[in-house]
Amino acid sequence: MKSRYDVIVVGGGPGGAIAARTAAEKGLSVFLAEKRPAIGAPVRCAEGIGKEALAEFIDPDPRWISAELKGAEIVAPDGTSMRLASEQAGSKVGYILDRKFFDRELVWRAAEAGADVAVKTRAVAPVLDGGAVKGAVFEYCGERRRVAADVVIAADGVESKFSRWCGIDTTVPVREIMTSAQYLMTDIDIDPYTTVFLLGNEVAPEGYLWIFPKGERTANVGIGISGKKSGAGHRARDYLDKFVSSRFPGGKTIEHIVGGVSVCRPLSCTVADGLMIIGDAARVVDPLTGGGIYNAMFTGRLAAATAVAAISKGDCSKAALMPYDTAWRKSPMGETIARNWQIKEYLIKLPDEKLNAIIQSAASLNLKEFSTLSLIRELMKRNPKLVVELAALKASLG
Amino acid sequence: MSKSFRVLCADCTRMLQVHREICGYCGCCVSVCPEGALELIDAYLEVGESCTGCGICAKVCPLGALEVTDEVQV
Repeated sequence: MKSRYDVIVVGGGPGGAIAARTAAEKGLSVFLAEKRPAIGAPVRCAEGIGKEALAEFIDPDPRWISAELKGAEIVAPDGTSMRLASEQAGSKVGYILDRKFFDRELVWRAAEAGADVAVKTRAVAPVLDGGAVKGAVFEYCGERRRVAADVVIAADGVESKFSRWCGIDTTVPVREIMTSAQYLMTDIDIDPYTTVFLLGNEVAPEGYLWIFPKGERTANVGIGISGKKSGAGHRARDYLDKFVSSRFPGGKTIEHIVGGVSVCRPLSCTVADGLMIIGDAARVVDPLTGGGIYNAMFTGRLAAATAVAAISKGDCSKAALMPYDTAWRKSPMGETIARNWQIKEYLIKLPDEKLNAIIQSAASLNLKEFSTLSLIRELMKRNPKLVVELAALKASLG
Repeated sequence: MSKSFRVLCADCTRMLQVHREICGYCGCCVSVCPEGALELIDAYLEVGESCTGCGICAKVCPLGALEVTDEVQV
């Protein structure tokens, strides 16, 4: 750790790692700090990502891919199931990653590009000068050190404390935190090529339960429910235990995972003087799916590119960093978040009978693109009432 | 209660207890705290003085590791 860098990245998840690598590849001096003692652990993720989404950042590698997916299944509250596949025959639609190795690979690449990396190194405060962020104070094994930088990229995940210390309110509304629990289970009967999503107010109120394959007889079995619906005796773990004991009574749990996923709208502004906020910390998780890996990497790369431009001009003010905020909002990712937030708001209010009816409208769907947009379009064709109820979204749904 | 950690909250009547034997140190509670009073330091959840004992964190905890109590226990 030096006392000065061009860019500090707080957090060594996929977003932070891509940001650090991008900035280092452009010749900036970069410091990437992870507060945990290890990169990639503990996992707080169901580990799914789309095929094309991943390809934008890195070539798939069997060392950190647990499963290749061919389709998905959505199960209605009454047990009716709808199968989703890609129109392109035989093509893979996505992957279940092994985040422990995936995250390490990304950080290793950032280091290889020239970034300094530190673990067990926690940002405890920003360095502020007249309200502008000029670096961060880090704690490592009880010792505090001040590190100066032109730009700090806050990639500190769902907790998002760094931006808060800079005066930005990152609090997630209770109803929009998905309180989540997951078991990595083995010795269970699953389809190793299909992700399963189970819906319903009894199964997962205002959320869903998932089975994401990690191998022939292994899967991430997890659940996220709205914080609003959580309480003593009916927490995420309670719902998961109930499901697991009936569906996989003989299964063995080899990892116990918990976490929180925000499904709120993104922060109203993701830049400040000397600061950019990316990934989960910026609340750019897809509000419909809860997926955040791609969005974190996308915003990480964009933030780093913006830092390069700002530093070269010698101006890292909020105005100079604003192109980052503007660009991600206008991107397909930003538009998807805006649209999927509205769809999520609609879906969480649906009674189970309506969900049943929608899912009963097709036993299987072959989607042109394997995306939520493509799925919603197909469902609207089969459920004319949805068109009326989602009228506000008509333009963006095409 | 030996494994719990108690913090007297700002209004001096309520306390936030962290049941460390239950906590999965995931940070879900940190993200919803309106006071920014919680901080996750690896496998340790720190409760700051700005905690008001509002209980939002206790509600959303996926495991039920947090509890707000009204009386001061010794």
